[in-house]
Amino acid sequence: MIELRHIEKRFGDHVVLHDINLRLSEGTVTALVGPSGGGKSTLLRCINLLEIPTSGAIRLGEEALDFAPDRKVGWAEIQKLRRQTGMVFQNFQLFPHQTAIANVMEGLVTVLKWPADKARARAMELLEKVGMAHKADAWPATLSGGQQQRVAIARALAPSPRVLLCDEPTSALDPELSEEVVEVLSRLAREGTTMIMATHDLRLASRVADGVVFLDGGVIVEQGPPKTIFTAPERERTRRFVASLGAQHGH
Amino acid sequence: MPPWLQLMTDSLPTLLWAALVFTIPLTLLSFTLGLALGLVTAIARLFGARPVVAVARFYVWVIRGTPLLVQLFVIFYGLPSIGILLDAFPAALIGFTLNVGAYTSEIIRAVIASVPRGQWEAAYSIGMSWSQAMRRTILPQATRVAVPPLSNTFISLVKDTSLAAAITVPELFQTAQRIVATTYEPLILYIEAALIYLALSSVLSALQVRLERRFSRYGGFLEART
Repeated sequence: MIELRHIEKRFGDHVVLHDINLRLSEGTVTALVGPSGGGKSTLLRCINLLEIPTSGAIRLGEEALDFAPDRKVGWAEIQKLRRQTGMVFQNFQLFPHQTAIANVMEGLVTVLKWPADKARARAMELLEKVGMAHKADAWPATLSGGQQQRVAIARALAPSPRVLLCDEPTSALDPELSEEVVEVLSRLAREGTTMIMATHDLRLASRVADGVVFLDGGVIVEQGPPKTIFTAPERERTRRFVASLGAQHGH
Repeated sequence: MPPWLQLMTDSLPTLLWAALVFTIPLTLLSFTLGLALGLVTAIARLFGARPVVAVARFYVWVIRGTPLLVQLFVIFYGLPSIGILLDAFPAALIGFTLNVGAYTSEIIRAVIASVPRGQWEAAYSIGMSWSQAMRRTILPQATRVAVPPLSNTFISLVKDTSLAAAITVPELFQTAQRIVATTYEPLILYIEAALIYLALSSVLSALQVRLERRFSRYGGFLEART
């Protein structure tokens, strides 16, 4: 179970997220959609504490943490919660000084202190899963964007996180390259990987997600199954946004 | 053999010995220690609490703002007045280390800051602590960018060690001076000393090229042409 209660995030006086409440079951895929600046990236980054929520509570499986404006969150607490998550970034953020397989092994060896051969076996397994085993020894700079993102997905999955967070995983890719990433993500979804993804990509959201959460102005405007949100949204604001996406993607 | 060449040949072993026993150890030791001091200072300035930042800034300000020769005089000739008596070599070592530390701290600070923030986030996202991220992700990338400017510092240092002559360290340049005092052949001896310095810095330049090549294997698209 993944649970966010009354999450609020402020930068100074600026409220970026306001009273966000979400309960997600394990094994489901949730797409966060909405206009830029609507808060979806911040919400995602609050879940793995790259941003510390100003107030509210987060529960990821057994690990739970409360936030309050006057309470400094300790490093050990952050680590505990963060280790329940893996993250895929818009710009891949592979470590450029390490080969593909070394990128995937890094968390296992450095953080979890696995022996190198065990980590290598696990990394190879994951690279096979994302169709990148043939490039295991390649440097990130020699890979296409789609290939880099697939390696990044393998890296995020390596420590077996409870939930995979994807921040606009296809936004930096052209349609053809993004297809190979959508492909991998939908396979992971079928295998029961719990995922939360912020995305503009209607194709990704409708193909992979079990639920869609529409965020605008830092609040959840509407949520439901993709079909409902994308074809028959209740709110006017959602309708306008979905219409603009459809126009943009030629649907 | 012409007399000038004879003189050069005769004095070469003495000069090389001085380089081997003083110039080279002084350079290597003060660069290594200075680099460590520079790293600590850079991290203090980037991540330290306010008083720590202030101390680091003060140190860099003083060292960069005063002549190296004057610093060496303060350490070797000045400190005995307050009871701190140092031999010439340790005095020079301290002076050069402080100097290297101040200059390299600025280089290291810049190259650490040049690694994109997303790399920190990627490192944190796979569970790394600050020090793991620094050691495994940030510094390796920063090091690559730091090779050319740090090589500058290193090469300057080899030549700057000649200043230690002024505080009685019998290094390469001082040895040349002593030979001049007996042979009255300043042009020949000082050119010979200059050539030895040139040879030493050439070795360092070659080392720089090798290091850069090693780092460029992961995708440097603008390599220095050789």
